[in-house]
Amino acid sequence: MDLAFTKEEIAFRDEMRHIFRNEIPETIRRKATEGRHLSREEIVTSQRILNARGLAVPHWPSEWGGRDWSPVQLYFYQDEMQQANVPPPLPFNVSMVGPVIASFGNERQKRAFLPRIANIDIWFCQGFSEPGSGSDLASLRTSAKRAGDFYIVNGQKTWTTLAQYADWIFCLVRTDASAKQQEGISFLLIDMKTPGITVRPIQTIDGGHEVNEVFLDDVKVPVENLVGEENKGWDYAKFLLGNERTGIARVGTSKERIRRIKELAALERAGEQRVIDNPRFREKLAAVEVELKALELTQLRVVANERRGARGKPDPASSILKIKGSEIQQATTELLMDVVGPYAMPYQPQFEEGWNEPPIGPDYAAPAAPTYFNWRKISIYGGSNEIQRNIIAKAILGL
Amino acid sequence: MDFDLSEEQSLLKDSVEKLIAQHYDFEQRKKYLQTPEGYAPDLWARYAEMGLLGLPFAEAEGGFSGGAVETMIVMEAFGRGLVLEPYFATVVLAGGLLRHAASAAQRAALIPAIAAGELRLAFAQSERQARYDLSDIATTATREGTRWNLSGEKSLVLHGDSADRLIVSARVSGARRDHDGIGLFLVDAASPGVSRRGYALQDGTRAAEITLAGAAGEPLGAPDRGFSAIERVVDEAIAALAAEAIGVMAVMHETTLDYLKTRKQFGRPIGQFQVLQHRAVDMFVAIEQARSMAFFATMMAGEADAEERRRAMAAVKVQIGRSGRRVGQEAIQLHGGIGMTMEYKVGHYFKRMTMIETLFGDADHHLGNLAALGGLIAV
Ligand SMILES: Cc1cc2nc3c(=O)[nH]c(=O)nc-3n(C[C@H](O)[C@H](O)[C@H](O)COP(=O)(O)OP(=O)(O)OC[C@H]3O[C@@H](n4cnc5c(N)ncnc54)[C@H](O)[C@@H]3O)c2cc1C
Repeated sequence: MDLAFTKEEIAFRDEMRHIFRNEIPETIRRKATEGRHLSREEIVTSQRILNARGLAVPHWPSEWGGRDWSPVQLYFYQDEMQQANVPPPLPFNVSMVGPVIASFGNERQKRAFLPRIANIDIWFCQGFSEPGSGSDLASLRTSAKRAGDFYIVNGQKTWTTLAQYADWIFCLVRTDASAKQQEGISFLLIDMKTPGITVRPIQTIDGGHEVNEVFLDDVKVPVENLVGEENKGWDYAKFLLGNERTGIARVGTSKERIRRIKELAALERAGEQRVIDNPRFREKLAAVEVELKALELTQLRVVANERRGARGKPDPASSILKIKGSEIQQATTELLMDVVGPYAMPYQPQFEEGWNEPPIGPDYAAPAAPTYFNWRKISIYGGSNEIQRNIIAKAILGL
Repeated sequence: MDFDLSEEQSLLKDSVEKLIAQHYDFEQRKKYLQTPEGYAPDLWARYAEMGLLGLPFAEAEGGFSGGAVETMIVMEAFGRGLVLEPYFATVVLAGGLLRHAASAAQRAALIPAIAAGELRLAFAQSERQARYDLSDIATTATREGTRWNLSGEKSLVLHGDSADRLIVSARVSGARRDHDGIGLFLVDAASPGVSRRGYALQDGTRAAEITLAGAAGEPLGAPDRGFSAIERVVDEAIAALAAEAIGVMAVMHETTLDYLKTRKQFGRPIGQFQVLQHRAVDMFVAIEQARSMAFFATMMAGEADAEERRRAMAAVKVQIGRSGRRVGQEAIQLHGGIGMTMEYKVGHYFKRMTMIETLFGDADHHLGNLAALGGLIAV
């Protein structure tokens, strides 16, 4: 056991820091710092810059752009990217569908999709959840019936994040209605331009539009877009969900948020006292920092462990990362509300489009409440925190 | 001690609840939000007909001599409906200032108009630098012959955009944050020297930023003795908000229970998962604790000893804030994705609750005050 980072690892970290802080346009990183939504174009720009430097998909197999980094290197890559407020490469592309195709797709699919996924020439969205199938994903009902060289897909997906930007959707569909639930599911790639697909926006409580309903009505999908084997989709989904879980911890993001909270708390005053000098506030903040430090090391341990474990079998301990990571991120949104105090109240959606009216209260206050509202989602998606606890209870504690 | 309502109070409760049930379903409320005022003017007239707008004022002055209990009854029902009309701004805040600070002549002139639904008021108190400090007032009132001129910036004025008149707190003398030297002035919102910028809060209710540039104001009572009335009214307002919060929390809980019973996953209603049952129970416990503190607030709202009253209201605001946050977050979580959407009602209650947590000081602020006052139990 050697718990210190090596000189090489530190040098790697510094290199990542330098790249993230110098290569990604300041305007994009600034927007992310301020809690504003990025446009499609900004997300694409950022990912292409990363991809050009071999930094979009370092965790993929090396023949498709992976870097064969150690867990520590991957950790620094992520942590530095998050701390620099660089928009992460689109998770649906690089952490979800990409690894599934790389692991279970055929050669033709790999060649056709992986480079374009890495470079976000194709934007994928995730069509798993349905109105009746959220936590109980295996009960999904969207059907795909074989007709010659096509599947005919019918059903409805929901909560589909950024479907309005997407070129393709990866879907779990039922291909065998007579089999046991988990054994009749397949993993299909569907071009969003195919006739029969309708996207309807869902507005979230913060006023934003990031999720959608996707209706599939006699959608013809070429059989060649099936990933892996028919009726084996559930295995691929489990593999994918394990990756999604780990990705939600976002330790670097929370570090950066806390830094910003400290900066803003030094600007805000309650009477003669700066908010940052209020002992009660400092203690609350420090308590979150303790949790975050612990999570950081837990994450390093989980990642190191997963490396050793069998491929395709995520460590159930990654559920710890999902639970704690979401709780900490949510705690930071509450701390920011504490900082801005009454100026969390005005609803100022115009801050998204650039200010054309003067802000009400300090200009950094506008996103505080919307972010607090919006980030309630983190304990719901990616497998709700209740489901993560069920996983730990069963798979780790043997209960 | 008797927690039961009198016959008259029960009647009031039934009639307000009925009104809300009839006129404040989710779809109706959405329509009210679309109006320029951000609420339903015809419902305002209904409140007047029912006697709600004159409720807390003395009978001799055109009111119905209701007390804190009556206000609690109305506010809880309004919380259940997420009512948008400026009742809190006009009747609780501005009405309270009239009761505690205005001269008999002023009360005679204004209260009948409020009770009739013809006069809407707003309390222009907070300022950008003040945060939750009620005495941190930089707006000035200067005398010029018989006229008082007001200048300064008022912020987050609840329903300030649609109010006919404003009650403005302003400094007549003394330094920033002195308790002495603060006056209350009645200002015609349409008069020269008043400019307003209206906007919605996160929950859709309205507020305004108000600039006063030498606007004419009529002092309410003695022009430099306003602070004790402000403190008193804010304490009454906290009691009213506590009652509203109970209504808001109760609906979030009921909605969640309904959802737990009807939403099926893994082949059964999710309410059959014991872990979710316990979560619903914890919400219930949090609401009952808050409800008790709403009663405490109602009991203490009329307390004459200002320090005792402040201590009580600090405790109330801590409990309401903590219970409200817990109940709101759990309501969303137990709904899963649907709780995150504008189309579904629970999120709107969550947002209203978040506003109530912040209004007149969040839980941490009041915990600090209470601790500084030595807590609730004297040694
Ligand atoms: C903002 C947002 C973005 C999303 N993006 C996507 C996306 O891009 N693609 C996609 O496919 N999906 C997406 N989702 C969907 C997300 O994965 C689901 O919301 C999630 O799986 C929960 O399902 P549900 O909303 O149907 O809640 P339900 O499953 O109905 O759960 C309701 C409540 O019951 C609890 N519960 C359920 N089962 C159990 C149990 N067995 N034990 C204990 N508690 C239980 C849950 O934890 C929750 O608290 C998104 C969701 C949100 C909110």
